[in-house]
Amino acid sequence: MNDTMSRYRTMTGHRLFWPAAVLFVMLAANTIYRPGFLSIELKDGHLYGTPIDILRLSAPLILVALGMTLVISTGGIDLSVGSLCAISGAIACMYISKQPDQNSVGVVVTALAMALGVSLVLGAWNGVLVAVIGIQPIIATLILMVAGRGLAQLITEGQIITINSEPYRAIGLGHALTLPLAIFIALAAALLVAAFTRRTALGMIIESVGGNAMASRLAGIRSGRVIFLVYVISAACAAVAGFMMTANVSSADGNAAGLWVELDAILAVVIGGTSLAGGRFFLSGTIIGALIIQTLTTTVYAMDISPQTSLLFKAVVVIAVCLIQAPAFRARFSRRRRNAPPPATIADKPKEQVPA
Amino acid sequence: MGKMRTQSAPWRAAAVLASVLLVGGVAACGNSDTGGGGTKDDGKITMGFSQVGAESGWRTANTISIKEAATAAGIELKFDDAQQKQENQIKAIRNYIQQKVDVIAFSPVVESGWDTVLKEAKDAGIPVILTDRSVDSADKSLYKTFLGSDFVKEGKLAGEWLVEQKKTASGPVNIVELQGSTGAAPANDRKKGFAEAIAANPNLKVIASQTGDFTRAGGKQVMEQFLKANPKIDVLFAHNDDMGLGALEAITAAGKVPGKDITIITIDAVKDGMQALADGKFNFIAECSPLLGPQLMDLAKKVKAGQEVPPRIETEETTFTTEQAKEALPNRKY
Repeated sequence: MNDTMSRYRTMTGHRLFWPAAVLFVMLAANTIYRPGFLSIELKDGHLYGTPIDILRLSAPLILVALGMTLVISTGGIDLSVGSLCAISGAIACMYISKQPDQNSVGVVVTALAMALGVSLVLGAWNGVLVAVIGIQPIIATLILMVAGRGLAQLITEGQIITINSEPYRAIGLGHALTLPLAIFIALAAALLVAAFTRRTALGMIIESVGGNAMASRLAGIRSGRVIFLVYVISAACAAVAGFMMTANVSSADGNAAGLWVELDAILAVVIGGTSLAGGRFFLSGTIIGALIIQTLTTTVYAMDISPQTSLLFKAVVVIAVCLIQAPAFRARFSRRRRNAPPPATIADKPKEQVPA
Repeated sequence: MGKMRTQSAPWRAAAVLASVLLVGGVAACGNSDTGGGGTKDDGKITMGFSQVGAESGWRTANTISIKEAATAAGIELKFDDAQQKQENQIKAIRNYIQQKVDVIAFSPVVESGWDTVLKEAKDAGIPVILTDRSVDSADKSLYKTFLGSDFVKEGKLAGEWLVEQKKTASGPVNIVELQGSTGAAPANDRKKGFAEAIAANPNLKVIASQTGDFTRAGGKQVMEQFLKANPKIDVLFAHNDDMGLGALEAITAAGKVPGKDITIITIDAVKDGMQALADGKFNFIAECSPLLGPQLMDLAKKVKAGQEVPPRIETEETTFTTEQAKEALPNRKY
């Protein structure tokens, strides 16, 4: 009895338990509402079904959120990712649309390289503003968030650029091993980031900079470089996400592409258990967070919840997820219910703001 | 001073005139965006136009149409882009009042909050024409007329075509609807017009209706779920071409043939939409034309000449079927 109890404690105490539970409940609710929700069939050699849609559609958000996780773990924030998605997609589509042979792989690779290059420069701009000049991250990246969308519209001349390029389309809609390519791209990015942060000291260095930049510097870590680096990584992730978004509809819309994705990404990071104050990060949690957000959107469409109420519905679910996530809230809740002393929950102490 | 007194009267008058012109010129240079001098009474009409912004292809075509029509009509146009901010529009309108233009025209960013600045224009005796979007001022005398599309009518035209097509249908016809951005006037009105028109045939039923935010990505994502939740969809009604274009991909991915298995009706008639219609992927488009420049210039001339104009004027619009789209496509400007 005691054994089961303690095992239950360990399981529910795992930081991924609650986000995963929420995801499970959402999928279950959908399946009850529409029994075919989870069904997957093979169509033209591709797997076809709502779960596949959710994975494919959450791929861009996963990418953006991965970069955001690293930025947030240094105690920063990157508001410019949505605009960067729009810019990278716009540059790539604009270049391809001007070429005589849009189906040439060479053209697409050039377009991707150009767009990625510009995005890296813009990421470096963010990095310099934050790490070198010392502007507050929320302000520094706000500049590019606002200016970037204008830049994207400038590139597309206010029009929606439609392209007809199979290789480019494949980024969003291609298939490999019966699954959408986008899923593999997001997975590869996740593994790459995980390998670099968890198999080397980089992750710990990032966390230490987020925990206390000054102390890290005194310990011999070049904090400025680490902070600069995470903004560049974030921009690179956003650029690839921008390719996926535009490839998904074979067109670049400077106005709408990646709109508000920065907020979704921040939410995914928070749901995943990464502290907004910096100092620790959980990549797997972020991925589950992104899946929850996409599942939520898909739920609204699948259940045909009216557009007027869908925002409220989403807000209620998000609040519930965040509360369930918070150890302090769970402790209070279980204390009331059992009328017993709370389990020793180690609530995260709010981090003191340390001037860098 | 003494020297001044010796100057003859004509000289003095000329000096005054010169300084007035100089000051006027400097003041005008201050607003380089809306530059140019005041109105000289040479019979040439000067129009100040404040555009919403450049948020969509539709808007860009709208701007080009107004600029071209002004040149063609010999009207001097002072153009201002408000970048989707009301304060910019109010500033621009005040500039136009100061410059004493003959006519002020603008597409309001939002519906409310225009009474003060419109009253200033009225007091200065400058007629105002609204284009594309209206204002909610109770005092209708603040503007001469509102030139723009009738969104309800667009929805109605789409619905009426469907009723005509399906009049022989014996069983139920399942319709899914992709709405525009929640709360936007074109979304509300098109939905209303369509619902009114299809009420004529009880077999026509909207089984699902969701917002796709007027974007291709939104239209696609919603359509994917519609297709999975509803095994039998006969008709798709999208509030604009872009959502319809996004939905095309979802329909193809589901192994259905757009335009055949599912009848697709949209509104707008932008170039990509017209191409899809000509290719037989769409079945019907009700036009929402951004090309209101020529009508606007006509109105400006009438208003300037003191003629009465009706308080509400609809943009000249039409509808397209596949055959008509094939014909019209080579001459489309946007």
